Amino acid sequence: MRKRALRIISGLGGVLAILAITPSTVFGQEIYEPTTQDILNNVWVFLAGVLVFFMQAGFALVEAGLTRAKNVVNIFAKNVADAVVGVLAFFAVGFAFAYGGDGTWIGDSMFFLSGGDAFGIAEAGALTLSTDFFFQAVFAATAVTIASGAMAERTKFTSYLVFSFVMCALIYPVVVHWTWGGGLIAKIEIGDAVFSDFAGSGVVHMTGGMAALMGAFFLGPRIGKYDADGNARAIPGHNIPFAILGVFILWVGWFGFNPGSELLADFEVPRLAVNTMLAAAAGALATTIVIWSKTGKPDLAFIGNGALAGLVAITAPVGTVNYGMACVIGAVGGIIVVFSVLFFDRIKIDDPVGAISVHGVVGAWGVISVGLFAQYPDAFVEGKVGLENYTASGLFYGGGPDQLIVQLLMVLIIGVWVTITTGALFAAMKATIGLRVSREEEIEGLDYLEHGIEGYAHDVAHQS
Amino acid sequence: MKLVTAVIKPFKLDDVKDALKAIGVAGITVTEVRGFGRQGGHTETYRGAEYKIDFVPKVSLEVVVDDAAVDGVVDAIKASAATGKIGDGKIWVSDVDRMVRIRTGEEGPDAI
Repeated sequence: MRKRALRIISGLGGVLAILAITPSTVFGQEIYEPTTQDILNNVWVFLAGVLVFFMQAGFALVEAGLTRAKNVVNIFAKNVADAVVGVLAFFAVGFAFAYGGDGTWIGDSMFFLSGGDAFGIAEAGALTLSTDFFFQAVFAATAVTIASGAMAERTKFTSYLVFSFVMCALIYPVVVHWTWGGGLIAKIEIGDAVFSDFAGSGVVHMTGGMAALMGAFFLGPRIGKYDADGNARAIPGHNIPFAILGVFILWVGWFGFNPGSELLADFEVPRLAVNTMLAAAAGALATTIVIWSKTGKPDLAFIGNGALAGLVAITAPVGTVNYGMACVIGAVGGIIVVFSVLFFDRIKIDDPVGAISVHGVVGAWGVISVGLFAQYPDAFVEGKVGLENYTASGLFYGGGPDQLIVQLLMVLIIGVWVTITTGALFAAMKATIGLRVSREEEIEGLDYLEHGIEGYAHDVAHQS
Repeated sequence: MKLVTAVIKPFKLDDVKDALKAIGVAGITVTEVRGFGRQGGHTETYRGAEYKIDFVPKVSLEVVVDDAAVDGVVDAIKASAATGKIGDGKIWVSDVDRMVRIRTGEEGPDAI
């Protein structure tokens, strides 16, 4: 037995040794030898992807902190579920629909990541299929998890699983295909302007935010959110520390989200991180000022929303604006989010965490801000040109209205697609498997009745 | 003076509070408690193993009232805390020997 095993092992070792020393052209194809830069690119984008995946923890904590204790298991379950189902759906078909081929409407290859080079890259500056998929999958997980906050405390778990699947299998991938995948929106050219969304204010956040809006709309408000006169009642979150820790974790994760979208390890990476940092701080400060003057107190839950609004706002223009404008864009996001949250409360759309406002409305602002403030060339705005000879495309930098018009078209197209598809999905679920838990379950709390366990169980004391 | 104590379902607290305010009760004290009567508990599963939960979350509220107001208060609580389903709770009335308002030192019914 041992002798036979040893023979097999030495045989394998011999084959591997021969393969290792064989010149790469022997097997009839050019194999590109990656340089140190190529490896740095891939390792950086991978690490950035890890940071983005950690945002799942951030989202979960924000949502749990701003909702009630009796539903805490359910909110975390939704966050685990959309990451799990989302990633698998994206692996199976979503990545293919997003990036498979050159079609205008949808991708048609690379299902289950087939057909690509599993181990190497074809040319300098490229990402391996594994790096590319990893980074894109964590973005898909981000898009889908946005809705769980707006749908918290009253959504059936099974229905949310279905939503997670459809969102990451189809709805989000089509948005990606139309933009970063080179499809419908990417083909729009007005003058010299093409769409610009560096890391996804539109592609990821606006998409997630609009899905959240449709979800909250078809669900209806939580029991007790509105009194007999139609005024909104506060339903305070049960753990503000969770919520703010969640904000910080998201903030850290965004240092992967934006700088990682450079898809290269170069000097842009830290500059993008600085823009990201400044926008978040400016957003939080702007919200602080607005809410303090409006209500007389600096409401920390709102301020957390403000930091996130700044982050969402800068996500599209991050590559193309200067530091000062990053502050401005973040601050405007922080101002918008306050009025947006109050607006949705007034029109009876119950959004427990402000996801529709932070991601949907401010995501649209982020996309539009490119048209106003775009200055430097980034991968979309000018192609990779040197910093000596670029022409700025933002309206306020002398670029005229072309970029702004493309950005507005992008907001419109994504908005229409996501509204119609998620609306149809939620309406169909409402009419068939049901979208909302029963009244008794909602009052009692979802944790025991949907999941069979409590979030904060009292200690049991078995004596024997 | 009498102490009226009621153990009720937690989500009924707002209704009971509104009903008591409507009949002029000035203040109540509320505690979060666990308990069971005939309602019994339920069985939960944790990581594959079952365990019994006997105690159900409830809210206990206490209000001290003038003798004359007791019946009205009991009726108000009974009406507003009822759901008709098992586990609605209980109300009991006991004597209060002495009552003092801390801020002013008033005693007796003036301290209610």
